[in-house]
Amino acid sequence: MATREEITSGLGEILEEVAGVNPDDVAEGKSFTDDLDVDSLSMVEVVVAAEEKFGVKIPDNEVQNLKTVGDAVTYIEANA
Amino acid sequence: MSTVDVVVTGLGATTPLGGDVASTWDAMLAGRSGVSSLTQEWAGQLSVRIAAQIAVDPSEVIERVRMRRLDRSEAMAIVAAKQAWADSGLEGTGLDPERLAVSFGSGIGGAITLLDQDDILEKSGPRRVSPHTVPMLMPNGPAAYVGLEVGARAGVRAMASACATGAEAVALGLDLIRAGRADVVVAGSTEAVIHPLPIAGFASMRAMSTRNDDPERASRPWDKNRDGFVLGEGAGALILERADHAAARGATVYARLAGAGITSDGYDIVQPDPECKGGIRAMSMAVRDAGLTGADIAHVNAHATSTPAGDMGEVLGIRAAVGGHPVITSTKSMTGHLLGAAGALESIATILAIRDSVVPPTINLDDPDERLDLDVAAFKARPLDIPAAMNNSFGFGGHNVALVFTRP
Repeated sequence: MATREEITSGLGEILEEVAGVNPDDVAEGKSFTDDLDVDSLSMVEVVVAAEEKFGVKIPDNEVQNLKTVGDAVTYIEANA
Repeated sequence: MSTVDVVVTGLGATTPLGGDVASTWDAMLAGRSGVSSLTQEWAGQLSVRIAAQIAVDPSEVIERVRMRRLDRSEAMAIVAAKQAWADSGLEGTGLDPERLAVSFGSGIGGAITLLDQDDILEKSGPRRVSPHTVPMLMPNGPAAYVGLEVGARAGVRAMASACATGAEAVALGLDLIRAGRADVVVAGSTEAVIHPLPIAGFASMRAMSTRNDDPERASRPWDKNRDGFVLGEGAGALILERADHAAARGATVYARLAGAGITSDGYDIVQPDPECKGGIRAMSMAVRDAGLTGADIAHVNAHATSTPAGDMGEVLGIRAAVGGHPVITSTKSMTGHLLGAAGALESIATILAIRDSVVPPTINLDDPDERLDLDVAAFKARPLDIPAAMNNSFGFGGHNVALVFTRP
């Protein structure tokens, strides 16, 4: 079971690969759209890559609740 | 003849001979071939294992994350258009974006994206298909991206007429300015289909050279031993501008785009009319549109792709429409056939021939076809005074486009 730090760091790798986000900027309090500038199409890619990396299903109706990196970490932690 | 003069004020290209216009033109004048062996694993199974691959990969110019969202044809279109835009000096001149249009095409479009994403669909399922798939494969993608790059708001037109696409996009640009719909048009075309499926398709038509053991000598327009075209990839872009607009800002003008002729054969979906009737009409129309006569055309950059069926009809056509005097060349002998991008790249070669008073060579013309009764600049660039020149492009579907450029 991955720790919150490990999940955050894993999301940082995905965000760098998919959207060119500096992994150092990825922290639990950061909003995907407002702080990290991830657009909706890139968010789809992030979700699919996160599903693969963490072995979790993230349904589309759940994605809209994942506003911040911390929201995603909490969801992955609870469902992986 | 139109009362509105249109000039060319910027050029950009990324080709098998170079990553920009200057390196491409230098290589052309030196008679260098851009054709090489396909060493990719997938090429092993094909009957055609040669192509004219781009000299500078777009990923060397466009950053990685952006490349993920672009089809290769779109990336190359952006590279060429950005060069042309910078070359024109229009940035920061206060050009009204609502007077700036784009006319940009592709012969085949985002085929590589379609095929790659289909592989993902088959292997990993629909959820893994990229959300960028549609804007990557849509045929208007290159035009739309060029429009975004320069901020064009007078319309973004996407042309598709197979191997005549680039020339037809330039012709549409001329029409848009003459009709008063724009003051400046970014015109051009792009093609990126060096992939097993398009190659297998053309190879099944027996349209491609299989001279796999001698790639640099495979593209040999008008030579007796020509055995088909060599697939190339790349993009070319031209900034077309209303002449008085260019003059008012003191722009450097390469040439005048004096006329265009567009016809269709109504003959066959892929076979060229052996008498080149549609081609003759296009060439005659372009000369008339330019307010010239055939005698004024000193040089023709021919379509001549190195296929047994196509090359000689055009020779008949040039003789009938223009006369027996022009010095002709096929730069495809060096660049391969860039399909939809050919007309854009060859327009650039035609313009630079006028500017530098030199006809780029046709390489590999070791043993000319007996029916070749026009003067070809064979093997070596030919110094020539060129007040006016023509560029021909013909495409599957029976599309014929001739463009006439003159000195400014």
